[in-house]
Amino acid sequence: MANQTKQPALYLAEYGTPNTIAKAAMKVRDAGYQKWDCHTPYAMHGMDEAMGLKPTRIGVISFIFGMLGLATAVFMMQYTNAFSFNLLNIGAGYPLVVGGKPPGAFPPMVPIIFELGILLCGLATLFGLLYIIKLPMHNHPIFESERFEAASDDRFFISIEAGDQKFDLERTKALLEATDPISLELIEEEVQ
Amino acid sequence: MSYDAPIKELGETHLLPEGTTRNDITETIAGVTENPAPRGWWLLFLLSVSVLGIMGAALAYLFTQGVGVWGNNAPVYWAWDITNFVWWIGIGHAGTLISAILFLFRQKWRTSINRFAEAMTVFAVLCAGLFPAIHTGRPWFDYYLFPIPNQMDMWPNFKSPLMWDVFAVSTYLTISVIFWYVGLIPDLATLRDRSKNLVRKRVYGFFALGWRGAHRHWQHYERAYLIFAGISTPLVLSVHSVVSFDFATSVVPGWHTTIFPPYFVAGAVFSGFALVMTLMLICRSIFKLHNIVTIKHLDLMNKFMLGVSLLVGYAYAMEFFIAWYSANPYEQWVFFHNRLGWGQLDSNGNWGPLWWAYYAMVFCNVVVPQIFWFKRARTSVPIMLIASVLINIGMWFERFVIIVTSTYQDFLPSSWGMFHPTLIDILTYLGTFGLFFTLFLLFVRWLPMIAIAEVKGNLPGAHPDLHALTAHDEEPDAAAVPVPAE
Repeated sequence: MANQTKQPALYLAEYGTPNTIAKAAMKVRDAGYQKWDCHTPYAMHGMDEAMGLKPTRIGVISFIFGMLGLATAVFMMQYTNAFSFNLLNIGAGYPLVVGGKPPGAFPPMVPIIFELGILLCGLATLFGLLYIIKLPMHNHPIFESERFEAASDDRFFISIEAGDQKFDLERTKALLEATDPISLELIEEEVQ
Repeated sequence: MSYDAPIKELGETHLLPEGTTRNDITETIAGVTENPAPRGWWLLFLLSVSVLGIMGAALAYLFTQGVGVWGNNAPVYWAWDITNFVWWIGIGHAGTLISAILFLFRQKWRTSINRFAEAMTVFAVLCAGLFPAIHTGRPWFDYYLFPIPNQMDMWPNFKSPLMWDVFAVSTYLTISVIFWYVGLIPDLATLRDRSKNLVRKRVYGFFALGWRGAHRHWQHYERAYLIFAGISTPLVLSVHSVVSFDFATSVVPGWHTTIFPPYFVAGAVFSGFALVMTLMLICRSIFKLHNIVTIKHLDLMNKFMLGVSLLVGYAYAMEFFIAWYSANPYEQWVFFHNRLGWGQLDSNGNWGPLWWAYYAMVFCNVVVPQIFWFKRARTSVPIMLIASVLINIGMWFERFVIIVTSTYQDFLPSSWGMFHPTLIDILTYLGTFGLFFTLFLLFVRWLPMIAIAEVKGNLPGAHPDLHALTAHDEEPDAAAVPVPAE
């Protein structure tokens, strides 16, 4: 397309040490931005506070699905080994008496109840994590930056997205410049 | 700088050499996947693939002929196959222990070995799962093990410990793979960003899921990682406990004992740690990782193995004590005659013929690790290499002793028998090493074998000192101003 135009996507400021990025993050936080982020090569402790983030609630998902796993296991084993009705035409259960125990005996079912709880909890944590952080996403405009490749090596970056309500080409630039970045660049994305 | 500073009063020093930079770590670890493979890698890889071929041949023969090609027969129905199953799955446990339990205990030295050990877990559990699957005799009916609705209205018997095993092992494999992969995501992003050619960029980029190191991601990621560690810890304890239930819930002398779950878990961790040690020493020397896996890490691992060896030794002693104290003649026969070789001659006029397996197990698992009381042994690479290999041999014998010496002579002398392995038994076991090492060598060649992001987080000064930063601010944070009392 001949007249493809570009629009600003985000500002990207680069820092060399954990302390400089934490200090800059606190400034951006206090300036009231919402759609911004810090990019670090490893999980940096203390950045939650520096960025003013709320605690994560992913544990709720894990807990709910873990409990669901336990319930599924109880239902599955009771249905197949203790009762003989036919639900949804999947086949009737078959009460089994083994070792003189009643068909629905609870103790021998504990291991599988536990394992299924763990399994569902683990799967839910994985997919819950991907859902919350909106990955996979292979086409973020931040990857346009050459310098950003160091974000997974030894540099630290702050990005402020153009979608933020307070984003302003001049004032945001001034804010980031005041934090002494090693480099500061405006990343643009193509408008379709 | 309180979080990552070593405690000087305890004589702690930094885990990595002074002056190591983040870029050094990236270069060293990512470099392994980018540089041409060293000759040692190729030699080992060709060897492993050849051994994998042996496994293929042994399995093909087994499938066409049936399990009669193995030495198992009345009264020893479980022999090498279940020994190998328990042994391999035990090997896997160290991976989860290092990645999950040591994570919960905030043992930061684990970061240099955890990825490695997690990969080992995944591959070892694959090898382990193979054995019960082929031991069924007709592995194409293995789906009967799962509660799949079918036209015969047949369901598994969930009261059987063997069914518990199906669920425990398959859950363990799934969770181990997830844990391993989630840990890999940030490091795959590192490899993607360093890629020079398009294929690498695309493949690593695909699996890195577009990770951009954003702290809003790290925040949830870290909590998810903690949850994985939290669920893997009871999981790993449950898996080997369930494996031990296969034995402990029976009435066979030598199996019917309440000490089995903790005893099996300790043994599993022990053999797994030993295999991590063996593999780590080899990879460290082939890929020159001496700055990341330091003697200090190895020293700590040796101390750990010494501790677990004492636990295992205690379990051995306690089994004997209970056999004697119970005054149960069948139990005593298994322990004193079949295992130690003591006591009267059996009906054929022989001493217990498998006594040597028991002594090999005690020597390798209890006597050999005592050398780690000495610091010179804990810091000597040849000694720890030999000791770690011996420990794994000993742990294999432990499972062999438990399975075969308990079953070849039990209650009725008229049904006593003996077990002799066949060539196919040996080749199948050998072949699983081919499977394990082929996967493992591919892993060390193409994936970051050390957790790059986690090691970086252990460098001195890796985390900002917010208190110092806010204290120097001219304008104090609004939240820091004390609210006047009303």
